[in-house]
Amino acid sequence: MSTLSRADVARLAALARIDMTDADLDRLAGQVAAIVDAVAQVAEVAGADVPATSHPLPLANVHRADEVRPSLTQAQVLSGAPQAEDGRFRVPQILGEEA
Amino acid sequence: MSINWNDAAQAVRATAAQMADALAAGEVTSEALTRAHLDRIAAVDGVDTPAGIHAFLHVDAEGALATARAVDADRAAGVELPRLAGVPIAIKDVVVTEGLPTTAGSRILEGWVPPYDATVTARVRAARMPILGKTNMDEFAMGSSTEHSGYGPTHNPWDTTRIPGGSGGGSAAALAAFEAPLTIGSDTGGSIRQPAAVTATVGVKPTYGGVSRFGAIALASSLDQLGPCGRTVLDTALLHEVMGGHDPMDATSLDEPVPAVVEAALEGASGNLAGVRIGVVRELSGDGYQDGVRQRFEESLDALRAAGASVVEVSCPSFAYALAAYYLILPAEASSNLAKFDSVRFGMRVERETVEKTMGATRAAGFGDEVKRRIILGTYALSAGYYDAYYGSAQKVRTLIQRDFDAAFASADVLVSPTAPTTPFRLGERIDDPLAMYLNDVATIPANLAGIPGMSLPAGLAPEDGLPVGFQILAPAREDARLYRVGAALEAALAAQWGGPLTVQAPELEVAQ
Repeated sequence: MSTLSRADVARLAALARIDMTDADLDRLAGQVAAIVDAVAQVAEVAGADVPATSHPLPLANVHRADEVRPSLTQAQVLSGAPQAEDGRFRVPQILGEEA
Repeated sequence: MSINWNDAAQAVRATAAQMADALAAGEVTSEALTRAHLDRIAAVDGVDTPAGIHAFLHVDAEGALATARAVDADRAAGVELPRLAGVPIAIKDVVVTEGLPTTAGSRILEGWVPPYDATVTARVRAARMPILGKTNMDEFAMGSSTEHSGYGPTHNPWDTTRIPGGSGGGSAAALAAFEAPLTIGSDTGGSIRQPAAVTATVGVKPTYGGVSRFGAIALASSLDQLGPCGRTVLDTALLHEVMGGHDPMDATSLDEPVPAVVEAALEGASGNLAGVRIGVVRELSGDGYQDGVRQRFEESLDALRAAGASVVEVSCPSFAYALAAYYLILPAEASSNLAKFDSVRFGMRVERETVEKTMGATRAAGFGDEVKRRIILGTYALSAGYYDAYYGSAQKVRTLIQRDFDAAFASADVLVSPTAPTTPFRLGERIDDPLAMYLNDVATIPANLAGIPGMSLPAGLAPEDGLPVGFQILAPAREDARLYRVGAALEAALAAQWGGPLTVQAPELEVAQ
């Protein structure tokens, strides 16, 4: 099993939307690669005939009645937002210059 | 031996059951009891106090006292009250509490005040229990030492240079330092049981689905379970019955009655385990376990035999892969669950020119290293081309572990092991070695992968270092009551040997005046 490279970790961090400095990569890339190498052994143990388990006690079709119930108010929902305006979440520019 | 409830030092050392009885009998008021705990917190918890336990991230003295006074007034008026009404409690900061700051130990949620209560919070309020505050934890429950808290570690009351376990180190240390008689924890891979082990307290991870997770900030949704923590098996059972039961707000909640755990604890305390078959898991008691841990574990087995139980050995060969499977499933689910911290709806925002750059900068500033490691690992495990080899294989290992448990429970009513391989290590000792840190959880993780209930209770102090050792009991899914029966019997037998509960042997903490 190949070890994760520093460039791989940088790409994964970008996908996960976590900015990483060179110092961050120096600290974390080797640790993440070591963990990947240690956990890769799972691929050795179970054959194709073993089903996967996603939840330990699976429940199926958990529904509630289709009816209106009380919910948080708009003010409550927005109460923790870093910025809000006109009853909506306010965010910086979404599209780049070229769009 | 009667307790002088006017002596705060005695009052905070009582069990929750004793407190409930004294409140009902009018021997003490909830206000006095709550104030005694708040005073204790003020004396030992702050980082500027001599002991500096730091079990609490937030203390709500005003709210706790208001609840206490209301309970006292209702009791004086003859209103019928729940059993634990007036008994104070602390809640792990992973559980949302309306009007009380909730951070899950992360800087990214610093200052956030939830607009609603988790179901367990609502049940604690309905039980009329004063909420003392929110307890410290590893960031988003990722860790075994609380050293990954964004707000600084909690210190073990048995030796303040050592870890209190994690991720629920705050909930366990608060019990051991007599800052709260009951606390709520969460257990994804051992975060209730391992802190209980290293602080000589009791903690239970219920059956998956046995306690609602609505309002618990999710780490790994197929593993997470909220559960009760106390200083005795009976106290833990009393809280379990408050927290447990079906909740329509949680689609994974079991639509079944809460197991009769209080009755089981009372039955077990009689000390008769005739006919109970105890299975020792061979793979969880061999190499890598500290000598004193093994010695106290063996002595506990002797005590169970003396109570009439039979002890057999069972083998669970797939457990060798449990840690590896866990450290793929958990990061994969966590990387998805933590995507919600995007600087838009709640929490920190580090403003940049576009929303995408704002997310990257915010998550870089708000998350600690352990969270970053696991998000990257999970993003990798779920990525195209690697999903089958990693996440898919880990889910198959999960099936094999369930089969091992099924086979073991065919020959034993409960399974047992040491809760953790070692007594608490020193703060800082493993902080730069994630893989060494992960080994703490080797005995607790299989229960989460299989969804079964588990308990840790004190087995004594290791002779070589005088530090707490935990004894783990596991039962089949939905059979939580067995944990309490066997646990209470062991607790009674060991207390008879020790001349009282282990917690009173803890060194006195220096208190701030």
